[in-house]
Amino acid sequence: MPNLNDILIMLPEFFLVAMACVLLITDAFMKAEERPYLHWISIATLAVSIYLVIAGQPGQAATAFGGMFVRDETAEILKVFALVTTVLVFVYSRPYLIDRKLLIGEFYTLMIFAVLGIMLLVSAGNLVSVYLGLELLSLSSYALVALNRDAVLPSEAAIKYFVLGALASGMLLYGMSMVYGASGMGGTPTLDLAQLHHVMGYTKAPTLLLFGLIFMIVGVGFKLGAAPFHMWIPDVYQGAPTPVTAFIASGSKLAAFGMAFRLLDAGMGDLSHQWQLMLAVLAVASLAIGNLVAIVQTNLKRMLAYSTISHMGYLLLGLSAANAEGYAAAMFYAICYALMSVAAFGVMLAMARAGFECEEISDLKGLGKKSPWMALLMLLTLFSLAGVPPLVGFWAKALVLEAAIHAHMMWLAIVGIVFAIIGLYYYLYVIKVMYFDQPAEGSVLQSKSDMSMRVMLSLNALGLLALGLYWGPLLGWCRHAFGI
Amino acid sequence: MITLSHYIVLGAVLFCIAVAGMFINRKNVIVLLMSIELMLLAVNMNFVAFSRFLGDVSGQVFVFFILTVAAAEAAIGLAILVLLFRNRSTINIADIDSMKG
Repeated sequence: MPNLNDILIMLPEFFLVAMACVLLITDAFMKAEERPYLHWISIATLAVSIYLVIAGQPGQAATAFGGMFVRDETAEILKVFALVTTVLVFVYSRPYLIDRKLLIGEFYTLMIFAVLGIMLLVSAGNLVSVYLGLELLSLSSYALVALNRDAVLPSEAAIKYFVLGALASGMLLYGMSMVYGASGMGGTPTLDLAQLHHVMGYTKAPTLLLFGLIFMIVGVGFKLGAAPFHMWIPDVYQGAPTPVTAFIASGSKLAAFGMAFRLLDAGMGDLSHQWQLMLAVLAVASLAIGNLVAIVQTNLKRMLAYSTISHMGYLLLGLSAANAEGYAAAMFYAICYALMSVAAFGVMLAMARAGFECEEISDLKGLGKKSPWMALLMLLTLFSLAGVPPLVGFWAKALVLEAAIHAHMMWLAIVGIVFAIIGLYYYLYVIKVMYFDQPAEGSVLQSKSDMSMRVMLSLNALGLLALGLYWGPLLGWCRHAFGI
Repeated sequence: MITLSHYIVLGAVLFCIAVAGMFINRKNVIVLLMSIELMLLAVNMNFVAFSRFLGDVSGQVFVFFILTVAAAEAAIGLAILVLLFRNRSTINIADIDSMKG
């Protein structure tokens, strides 16, 4: 029976639900000129949830509601960083939303529900909670992509995202049904991930189990955006309003890592020798397609979309090692990637103004002269994404490569290094445009004067440098979560 | 006598029809939404069959959740579709091609 203790374990989640409802109601009764307060209420909400996550007896694993919800250190780290990146997205997006008259209650409520989906997903202990967390995140994201109702591109992006996302959830569910069936052949049928862990040992239908595993990997691949299931990523990144893109590129990727870890390790860990190679193939395909297609892009958001695909390749490299070292490296990678991409989109949001999206690479011409500080922040972020030492992106890449080598997949590590070098080109190209090209006739590259945004963006980008110089504690935290 | 495998084959056939409906269909987004629903129903068929034949009720509980979420999903899908029609005056799949690269 559920009791008070279950609710205490899920306190941050309950708090978010309550505050999302409060936001909805206050929004309904607010006058238009009071709307900006929603921004501060939402940020305060997320800040309190961060505190609740950290204060909830750190490091002590616990389950609630009969194993449906698991609170362990892995979930805790992912939740903290998902909440932190969402706060950053809120801070960066305020001027952009005001310019486009999109500062409305729906944006904040849907974002908070999406974060709630992430928190449930990374804490899932049962196939049902994996599905519900995933759908809460996905349904909120579909609506967020279509937030700007009068533009053509967002509605197209939303319908593509919706159809492909629904296809992915269908595949995932079909796989789950097979796994459920296989667990019942020769034992008690179960949806609990911890019990599913041992299914391979006793099931009389191993083929059914393998089919289920393959369908589930297809679903996970879709959500990560790994090639060949990446078709939605470029269109959604380009079409969605930039704040939503920033969220999909950061918080959602943490969720996708959490989901992959829960399903594959907690649920199907016994079959790791089967899925290791599948993930390795996905990793190679993502590295190749992401890095090669990014080279020919002229739209910065689209280029960052292909760069996301290649980064998911590196994340899969760590996951495919299928041991604690690999998971810790992949989680470190996911966190660093979330912080890097939110900074990159943050610079775009800072330069955008009414009627100017700043989303073509050529829009950044002469940024180095017009707005040297923003150009420097973008430079740090792009170097970090490219994996140039001493920025944190370098250590993240080095760690997943090391994990792959220790798991006897030298070939995979070599592919990773080759594509890291190819990937340098398109990041350096943007830097060249920023610093060495003359500004276009009549271009007004003026960064936003919003103080909170400038401070947070500077902290974020300089944080990438600081983490690169002093990455021990974060990595230690990740490794501790997996018991090393 | 109808056995478990009959139901599993039926589920697989429904699932294949749904996937084929999504990939072969080049006309209309509404057909895509119908295919998505059919896909979820195929999954439900699987869950109910396993649940009934293996004597465990949790599969049927999962089906309730899937049905509920499918309803929410259809609502959001149709809302996005209305938006698309208002902006583009078409819901033909071949015309949804403003973004390339």
